[in-house]
Amino acid sequence: MATMDGDLVRQDASVLAQAMVEGEVSSEEITRAHLDRIASVDDRVHAFLHVLSDDAISSAREVDRRRAAGERLGPLAGVPLALKDVLTMTGVPTTCGSRVLEGWRPPYDSTVVERLRSADIVILGKTNMDEFAMGSSTEHSAYGPTHNPWDLERIPGGSGGGSAAALAAFEAPLAIGTDTGGSIRQPAAVTGTVGVKPTYGGVSRYGLVALASSLDQPGPCARTVMDTALLHAVIAGHDPRDSTSIRAEVPDIVGAARAADVRGMRIGLVRELGGEGYQAGVRQRFEESVAILTDLGAEVVEVSCPNFEYALAAYYLILPSEASSNLARFDGMRYGLREGDDGSRSVEEVMALTREAGFGAEVKRRIMIGTYALSSGYYDAYYGSAQKVRTLITRDFTAAFEDVDVLVSPTAPTTAFKIGDKVDDPLAMYLNDIATIPVNLAGNAAMSLPIGLAPEDGLPVGLQIMAPPMADDRLYRVGGALEAALVDHWGHQLIEEAPQL
Amino acid sequence: MTTTHDTIPFAQALEKFDPVLGLETHVELGTASKMFCSCPTEFGAAANTQVCPVCLGLPGSMPVVNAMAVESTIRMGLALNCSIAEWCRFARKNYFYPDMPKDYQVSQYDEPLCFDGYLDVTVETDDGPREFRVEIERVHMEEDTGKLTHAGGATGRIHGADYSLVDYNRAGIPLIEIVTKPIEGTGSLAPLVARAYVTELRDLMRGLGVSDVRMEEGSLRCDVNVSLAPPGDPWGTRSETKNVNSLRSVERAVHSEIERQAAVLASGGRVIQETRHFHEDTGRSTSGRSKEQAEDYRYFPEPDLVPVAPSREWVEELRATLPEPPSVKRARLRAEWGVSDHDFQTLINAGALLLVEETIAAGVDQAAARKWWSGELTRIANDRGLELDSLGVTPDDIKRVEELLAEGSLNDKLARQVFDGVIAGEGTVDEIVASRGLGVVSDDSALLTAIDAALAEQPDVAEKIKGGKVQAAGAIVGAVMKATRGQADAAKVRSLLLERLGVEG
Amino acid sequence: MTSITREEVEHLARLARLQLSDDEIAHYAGQLDVILQSVARVAEVAGDDIPPTSHPIPMVNVYRDDVARPGLDRAAVAAGAPAWEDDRFRVPRILDEE
Repeated sequence: MATMDGDLVRQDASVLAQAMVEGEVSSEEITRAHLDRIASVDDRVHAFLHVLSDDAISSAREVDRRRAAGERLGPLAGVPLALKDVLTMTGVPTTCGSRVLEGWRPPYDSTVVERLRSADIVILGKTNMDEFAMGSSTEHSAYGPTHNPWDLERIPGGSGGGSAAALAAFEAPLAIGTDTGGSIRQPAAVTGTVGVKPTYGGVSRYGLVALASSLDQPGPCARTVMDTALLHAVIAGHDPRDSTSIRAEVPDIVGAARAADVRGMRIGLVRELGGEGYQAGVRQRFEESVAILTDLGAEVVEVSCPNFEYALAAYYLILPSEASSNLARFDGMRYGLREGDDGSRSVEEVMALTREAGFGAEVKRRIMIGTYALSSGYYDAYYGSAQKVRTLITRDFTAAFEDVDVLVSPTAPTTAFKIGDKVDDPLAMYLNDIATIPVNLAGNAAMSLPIGLAPEDGLPVGLQIMAPPMADDRLYRVGGALEAALVDHWGHQLIEEAPQL
Repeated sequence: MTTTHDTIPFAQALEKFDPVLGLETHVELGTASKMFCSCPTEFGAAANTQVCPVCLGLPGSMPVVNAMAVESTIRMGLALNCSIAEWCRFARKNYFYPDMPKDYQVSQYDEPLCFDGYLDVTVETDDGPREFRVEIERVHMEEDTGKLTHAGGATGRIHGADYSLVDYNRAGIPLIEIVTKPIEGTGSLAPLVARAYVTELRDLMRGLGVSDVRMEEGSLRCDVNVSLAPPGDPWGTRSETKNVNSLRSVERAVHSEIERQAAVLASGGRVIQETRHFHEDTGRSTSGRSKEQAEDYRYFPEPDLVPVAPSREWVEELRATLPEPPSVKRARLRAEWGVSDHDFQTLINAGALLLVEETIAAGVDQAAARKWWSGELTRIANDRGLELDSLGVTPDDIKRVEELLAEGSLNDKLARQVFDGVIAGEGTVDEIVASRGLGVVSDDSALLTAIDAALAEQPDVAEKIKGGKVQAAGAIVGAVMKATRGQADAAKVRSLLLERLGVEG
Repeated sequence: MTSITREEVEHLARLARLQLSDDEIAHYAGQLDVILQSVARVAEVAGDDIPPTSHPIPMVNVYRDDVARPGLDRAAVAAGAPAWEDDRFRVPRILDEE
């Protein structure tokens, strides 16, 4: 285990955890250091919507007290974490990046938060996101965009840009995101951090404000593969409150991250995600990483997943449909914003005025699309047919995984673009997700990890690893091996090259 | 557009048109917890104290299916001779309404758990009993909504209210919807068939133990669909009538809708596809929301729930738990009781069968049980426009009355007054006998005093009796009964009288 | 391929309870055409013989025992409510009976 040197905020979670065990530092010190960091840089990064200073410190103190009393604590006890503002936490504002939930404090904890608390992880605050997780840049937050710590004029990815930026800005060593079409992986790629979308059903969605119920998954984010694995192990597992939660044992992801050995593995390059039209630097770094995997002892072959071409189209029928239904509850009657209730208006009018005022443009667009796709007369051709494409994509994955152990591709077609560049062009924005979407449609697991900077702009590039459903451990085995080789080659983690804030 | 309230008399309506009926009933299950969450379901709790993130539809909440609800639905389907789906899903029915926490209802759409069944019902006609097989389209699971109260208006109803208040305690209660296929060929018996079907359904559900099925409490709800068309023509446009809260209302709603639609059609008008609201007091319905613009519910499979795929083994296990089918049970009871078909059918029509059974189970002789329920109590229920089982008379009440009759403390006439008291809520049988002073006078000396007084008043009658016209004793007995307000045992009075006069009776 | 009309947009907005401005209605008519492109694309492969997938990971029969447990404290429920009266959520007057 690496020993600590330098700033507390620049350490890996596993290093911090070990230092606490050895009595070198307390959770309170670590927590305060991170709160100071947030206070120092977040005015520019804007990763956080809500910082829980007092709660975090008292949680940290409690962990220290129990450790001092001789209690055996979990592997991440006392380590701070940033939580995407889409998961409920009792008494803490949960806005989902929207005005419609401004000020709402849930009366219950999500299962993810319960598990984080049971693991004695210290939650620093709630992070910024595209409104209701709809977006790839965090520009659609009602509370202003988050800025990429690598270049503050650029987007940090989305929808979980806040969590990824918090990691990249050293405001937290751990974060939780959610991924519906790439919202963990794409921000990880453009911020030089690690993010994983577990197998659908691997992490409980109870308390996750739903976007597209059949696509959403909460997932772990960190700066290293091992830290991500440790966090994954905390939050994953069956939850009886989520009917779609997997009943199987969580595979040994930490063990796989530790083993980090690809010898004898077969790795597939997806021809359809091969990078035609991708940014040159993205393709270059990707090809270099594939070569490294071969050097490490893996056999790399090309596979074809011909139905992946249709993934974007299917996604843009399925997501809005489910979202339009999931967001219907925001009607101003029971919680959140209520607009226009002057005593004379009808409930129908007040609902419509509330939603018009409370939702941003992208959310309204997708609600309209989804309402249309589910309308009578259109269901079969629209939503119904899109669900058939899912079957085809799943079949492509199944066939591929009969031949290879994992698949790889670049995570995103470009590095971080400038804030404002694509926000008015939805189609261009949607193309950011082209490589990440198939995995959400099929429900299997995927990771993005940093593989270098694009030479033309010096911005991070990510590689995506895709594993069969329930084989999340393979992500960590391959990711761990690649990361180790790259770090060895660079002499340091990629994130060390991020500009000082 | 016609706003007339014209009707054509029923018999006349049926000369011109054939009715087609459709009945949709909702049964509230008596489970301990709600359909998709563990909230308690006891009736009458303080507002908004039986809610949780799931049934309130809070952001991030997720449903989990109540196993007992699935089990009960399968049993209901089997009792209705349905096929049970091997694989089916829940679906979201999307629409906005303040009593809907999620602004969608989790229900079942094109994949009901049970389908293609039937229920045989019998209706008494002048030509004897006629049987109808009502085909069941589907039996499916869904969740109930919250309850609205409307404030500020004059009537407490929606129209004219200033605002409304919502209690979500009932949101998420398991509701099972049973839909018939269109019921044809009932002609003038349509109202009776409808009533018989709902009665039979109710008794079936009670026998299964899945619900209280009390219409007046809302645990059994019925929407009545009626359409008319000239014989041989394609089916007409149907209307839906809601707020049908009793078996009697089912019958009246069908009856009045036939009369109304006949008038519309006969005058060359067009029946509008609409939802109508039934009024207990007038026996008629008024126009509600027009369904011309049918709401688009945008059904799609519920992604937060996984399919329900009951194994065939489980279905057969549940089939074995079904009580005896109603027709078999009825045949058995009819034989046991030695009752004529007509008398038996009368019992059924009065909705009394289950009550008679329960009364017999309480220890009352079957003839007495039948006599009370299909006789006096049915008469009272009809007079007051109530259902038999909402009178408030229990099998134990009847048992007590029978005991008092057997020991001579009550006679028939007094017993009826006791029942009046029970229905009026005055207390137990014994309390009423005491408070109303209804005991039979058994004290001989008191009776003799009354006899002597009557004899004194009618000396000529005394002479007639002594002269051998024993029948004349009736006048004295009558006078004594009157004097004791019926609280004497007539036979005893007669024998005392004759003894008094030294005459052999 | 037909484009989406203004009337259709208004109808959808009503279904979705969105009080769109005139500008927005005009704007969406064009925007929603995006969906028609997706539809055409999907139609290329979505044959009749292909079953739809509604759940990515196949699972059936997930149930909960019929046991009652207390839910939320009413105070917690009331705390988030935009309007509350007589222990109930107060909502504006309803025009349409359901």
